[in-house]
This record gives sequence, structure tokens and C-alpha cells, in this order.
Amino acid sequence: MDCQDVFRKISDYLDGDLDAELKRAIELHACGCHHCEVVVDTTRKTIRLFCDGQWFELPVQVRERLHAVLERRCRGRQA
Amino acid sequence: MSETSPQTVEQTESALVTASKAGDYDAFEQLVNRYEHKIYRLGLNITGNAEDAEDVLQETFLKAFENLPRFREDSRFYTWIVRIGVNQALMKLRKRRTDKSVSLDDPIEESGEIIPRDFADWKPNPEQLLGRTETREIMERAIQNLPLSFRTVFQLRDVEGLSTEETAETLGLTISAVKARLFRARLRLREELAKFFKRG
Repeated sequence: MDCQDVFRKISDYLDGDLDAELKRAIELHACGCHHCEVVVDTTRKTIRLFCDGQWFELPVQVRERLHAVLERRCRGRQA
Repeated sequence: MSETSPQTVEQTESALVTASKAGDYDAFEQLVNRYEHKIYRLGLNITGNAEDAEDVLQETFLKAFENLPRFREDSRFYTWIVRIGVNQALMKLRKRRTDKSVSLDDPIEESGEIIPRDFADWKPNPEQLLGRTETREIMERAIQNLPLSFRTVFQLRDVEGLSTEETAETLGLTISAVKARLFRARLRLREELAKFFKRG
């Protein structure tokens, strides 16, 4: 296992899609390789940041317009 | 304070879907309240345009209401409306581009090695140091800079939390194409964020 192997497998590793042997080989390599340790850790942080909904808000006016349209077009109608 | 188990949430959602199908608009509105911000974010991330994202939001829920009788409930309601949303967003892009060249089959940059260039540690909780608005702007810019074929896969898989199989089915891609694009999207986003979040 070298750095290039780790980079190629990083996505499957983070998704838990690797078998136990490959997973252990990556962890063993990353333990002794600062570059790979950083890439694995910061890729994990990247995914976590984007899936975290706290960075996003629906603008109030957009929400009001949505509900006005739905109310007008859907209320009283059978779906 | 009472805790709500995921099972209770699912049951409540299922009850809301049933009531909505029977014409209960208030039940449908509760489903809208639950997911409206996510569908707007999906529209914004895929189209990169606030006006288009608002259209996507409205059209997604209007279509969802119209098609509720055909929703067989063999997937989560959220997965179902995400599928409607992503189709609406792609249609918006096609309309905006006069050459109609919006395609998810573009094999752009799917071959060749991806080599990370930035090996610096990130600051602890960097997003808290930068502040909410600045962090959001950095993330929006980063995702907009991805090619469309990477952006849609990343949006469905990592932002919306669909499975690899659901993402492949929604976009009409193979599992291996989803995995290849996701890998590249994640590493490119990491490189972008590293510019702002690294130490030193």
C-alpha cells in the first residue's frame, strides 16, 4: 500500500465500502504517513461540512412566496 | 422534553403522506415545511442561481402534490421529492443554456489520476473561526466550481444523503460512475476548502 493506493481508495474507505483487510492496510499506512493521514481526515471533514444543514437557511421571502403559490394552487384540490 | 424516535418520525411522515393523498392540504403543508429548505439548497447548488432555485422549489412541490396519487411509498417521501427536484433543476439548466448541452453523461475528467496537492492540517473547527456567512459562501463557491456531472452526484449522495444505488437510479448512471464522480468531487472540494481552513 502506497500513498497513491490510499488516494484511490479514500472514497470507498470513508463510505465503509472496503473489506476489513484493505481497511486495515489503509489505516496502517496512514498511521505512519502524515500526508495520507491529513488527506483522509480533511476529506472526512469536507463531507461532514457539506452534509451539515446548519450552513443553509431558506430566505423568508422565498418561503412566503412558496406557501402562497401552493395555497392558491393546491388547497381545496384533491392530490 | 420528549424524544422522537426515527420510527415515530417515519410513522408520522407516512400518516402525513396518506392524509395528503386524501386531499388534506394542511398535512401536505407539513411535509413541505419539513423539506422546503433542503429542496431550495438542492436547486441552488445544481443551478447556481437564486431565481432558478426558487422556481425549482415551487415546481418540485407543485409536481409532488400533483403526482402524490402515483407515489407508491416504496421509497422515503424525501427521496421521492429529491428525485423530482433534481429533474426540475436539470430542466432549468437546459432551458438556460441555448446549446441544450446539459448532460450527465459527460465523461469529463473521469480518467487520469487525482493527486491531492494540499497536505496541511486544518485548524480545529475552522468553520467557527470564519463565521456562518463566510463559510457558507466558500462552500457554495466550491460546489459551483465542480463540473455539473460531479456536482449532481455529490449533491445527492453527500448533501442529501441518498445511497449510492438511489443516486445511480435517480441520475441514470451506473454504480461505478457514481463512485468515480463522487471520489473526484470530494477530493476537489477538499482542495478548495483547504485554501481557507488550513493552519498557518
